[in-house]
Amino acid sequence: MAARPRQNLHSAWRTVKDHLATSLAILATLLVVAPLVAIFFYLIYKGASSLNLAFFTQIPKPEGEVGGGMANAIVGSAVVLGVASFFGIPIGIGGGIYLAEFGRGTKLANAIRFTADVLNGVPSIVMGIAAFSLIVVPMHHFSSFAGGVALGIMMIPTVTRTTEEMLLMVPHSVREAALGLGVPNWRSVLSITLKTASPGVITGCMLAFARVAGETAPLLFTALGNQFWSVSLNHEISALPLQIYNYAISPYDDQHRQAWAGSLVLIALIVIAVSLVRFFTSRGTLKGAS
Amino acid sequence: MSNLHVPNPAAGNPEGSVPVRIPVPAAAQVSLQADQPISAVRRYLLSRGSSSVADRIFAGIMLLCALVIFALVALIATELITQSHLSWHAFGLSFFYRFNVDPITHLPLFWDPVNGIFYALPFIYGTLITSLVALCIAVPLAIGLAIFLTEMCPRWLRSPLSFFTELLAAIPSVVYGLWAIFVLVPLLRDNINPIFIRIFQLPLLERLFGWTHLFGDNGLFGGVNLGLGLLGAGAILAIMILPIIAALTREVMSAVPNSQREAALALGATRWEMIRMAVLRNARIGIVGSIILGLGRALGETMAVAMVIGNSPEIHLSLLSMGHSMASVIANEFTEATSDMHRSALIEVGLALFLVTIIVNAFARLLVWAVTRGAPARVQ
Amino acid sequence: MGVAIEVKALNAWYGATHTLQDIELNIPANHATALIGPSGCGKSTFVRCLNRMHETNPIARVTGTVRIGDLDIYNDISPVEIRRRVGMVFQRPNPFPTMSIYDNVCSGLKLNGYRNRRELDEIVERSLRSAALWDEVKDDLKKKSGASLSGGQQQRMCIARALAVDPEVLLMDEPASALDPVSTSKIEDLIFQLKSQYTIVIVTHNMQQAARVAEKTGFFLNGRLVEFDSTHKIFTNPSDKRTEDYITGRFG
Repeated sequence: MAARPRQNLHSAWRTVKDHLATSLAILATLLVVAPLVAIFFYLIYKGASSLNLAFFTQIPKPEGEVGGGMANAIVGSAVVLGVASFFGIPIGIGGGIYLAEFGRGTKLANAIRFTADVLNGVPSIVMGIAAFSLIVVPMHHFSSFAGGVALGIMMIPTVTRTTEEMLLMVPHSVREAALGLGVPNWRSVLSITLKTASPGVITGCMLAFARVAGETAPLLFTALGNQFWSVSLNHEISALPLQIYNYAISPYDDQHRQAWAGSLVLIALIVIAVSLVRFFTSRGTLKGAS
Repeated sequence: MSNLHVPNPAAGNPEGSVPVRIPVPAAAQVSLQADQPISAVRRYLLSRGSSSVADRIFAGIMLLCALVIFALVALIATELITQSHLSWHAFGLSFFYRFNVDPITHLPLFWDPVNGIFYALPFIYGTLITSLVALCIAVPLAIGLAIFLTEMCPRWLRSPLSFFTELLAAIPSVVYGLWAIFVLVPLLRDNINPIFIRIFQLPLLERLFGWTHLFGDNGLFGGVNLGLGLLGAGAILAIMILPIIAALTREVMSAVPNSQREAALALGATRWEMIRMAVLRNARIGIVGSIILGLGRALGETMAVAMVIGNSPEIHLSLLSMGHSMASVIANEFTEATSDMHRSALIEVGLALFLVTIIVNAFARLLVWAVTRGAPARVQ
Repeated sequence: MGVAIEVKALNAWYGATHTLQDIELNIPANHATALIGPSGCGKSTFVRCLNRMHETNPIARVTGTVRIGDLDIYNDISPVEIRRRVGMVFQRPNPFPTMSIYDNVCSGLKLNGYRNRRELDEIVERSLRSAALWDEVKDDLKKKSGASLSGGQQQRMCIARALAVDPEVLLMDEPASALDPVSTSKIEDLIFQLKSQYTIVIVTHNMQQAARVAEKTGFFLNGRLVEFDSTHKIFTNPSDKRTEDYITGRFG
């Protein structure tokens, strides 16, 4: 008889612990969601009120003057990202094709996959130093080309891994159909497998693109930044994240305002890319694959 | 019969009128049924080679693309090593632990480019402390979030919530930095730091734990409260690495087979006991791996830290003091490096950062792989 | 027109598993030959050895001789070339999901570089007519995706795709196992019509199907060819006890 109340007490304590754990998990979730909501709120609140036509059409005004825009930085970002994509996307897709179609299960492929993951974790500032000593030092000056190479290097592991994953989603039966028709392997990989996986591969590239689009550190001593128009591959160039950084640490309110606007533009680009990737990967299989 | 121009050897062509354009080995041309006429389509296909050369070239190019990844790691390593040679030659290993003493103030002097003093200790300290602060904040939250997402979350909420955390991972560092400067730093300065300062200056705690030197005016929360500094950098780092840790923790937790959960529940465990016994115990190696992966990211994070940490090469116990991290000093000083030695020293800091993050990442990847690989087999 | 197939001392492995052991077999030209047996007996592996699809798996290995017509397919010719001559229809319909019906049917030609538009139009129509699918799809050949057809239509489209390259042999690996009874009977009718022009080898786990469409039947068990004879003989008076046990339903 005496054991009964103690047992009840014990089970009550267990229930309390259970509820406590549940509440803590919910609290943690709220604490995670809070900064995100705060960041988005600030971006939209501060950014949207600062966006105007001048932002997209004018170049920066001299220090301390009000007005101007980031047109040259937007164009500069496009130039640098164009160079990066030119190197990063074909090499990355090629690497992904190797991992999914040729190296499957081999030790070499596992080693490459592992190295790609590790390379993904190398700080972007280190990529900047590498591009600096590879290109800026021999050329004796900063250039948008060097910035593009730094970002291109960063794109390769991401594009490789997403391409591999998307190709692996293509059902084996589709490859067999092509091989069974006597289609050469290279043709089957390019025209059948890669084409079937192309929505996923394209969005994977967009994701890598969006990630490096926001990178500042590798551009600090490669592209350097520029207050004026430039589209040359051979000269220093401005880029959106660089300009945001410079304005964020400047003492002028109007430049802070533009930093928020620039961030909003940057984030909009990234959110679109991430949503697309999510849309394609969440479907599990690709269009029509049975 | 056909307007195709198909190459054909002189022998055995029943129509005999098609011009020969490409020489093709005779063996491939022989029809499988020698005595019957062959159709245009068949004749065309027979003329196509085996493409084995094209196939081999294609496979070779793809392999080359994959090998670029190896080459990049090797290239980055060689560049960093050769470019930091000057500093390595001058300071050797003492670069990472020595310091000079200022003859006037008698304070330690680590980094003074103008006078050619280059010792990296404050950057290592700043990187370690900010990463540690970030882990202390992020790990409990990330694990809580992962538990909520895998074990408790209603189905309709799971997808949007994990999408939100993914977005958190995709926000650029510089935007975090901007937000930190204008929102997080004032918030810390005006609302959160005063609470900690009050707690750490409670006379009772000071008397009880004074021997730890963590309390009082020279303790963990001593000095001037500017909002900027090690704590601010750690806090923004925490927000940045949270989604990485949460996503991977979630992945290893969902790799735990459901049979384990059912077994625990069948024994009469409450949900929390089930999570503790079945899920966390089975996933612990993977969780450790994801924490280390988050650490790897925190160590190398540059812009947000550079915007918040205060950028001064000093070492103080107080989390409110200004500091510098390995990545932030490179970002700040590289373009304005005053001498070859200065630049070389910065690249050596970069080399150290590169090696540390490679080791940390490789270790974490191995842990995560060890857990998630083979998981589908176990689930079935 | 089809050609005969001659198989000598054929052995095949998947990794360490010896899936085919010493197969000796002569498949007559312009007839349908059925291969039956319990699942895992090696019959699918066997047909995949006839167009060298078996070796696409990196752990697979083959020894022995397969002669199709005058060619030793493992010595005289590359795998890519033999697959252009030996068409294959797989267990599950496998249309190319990104292509229209038209492109699916002529994919074997287009992907090999054949560019003559007018000829392609003709070939597509002829192949779809041969596969008894023309009337159902002729109106939206280029509009509809191959994957949007029903399962039975997809499989007939895959047959048309195999016919479009004008093969000398048609291999069918359980072509109706994933289909409903109506589609199955359509496929069977089709095999019946096609076998006068092509050498057809059909793998099936359905004995009635073998009896309905094939002149010759081979019974596989545990990687060996137990018995190969006219379909009539196999189903009425098999010479091997194991064949009798199988067709009377005593195992498998």
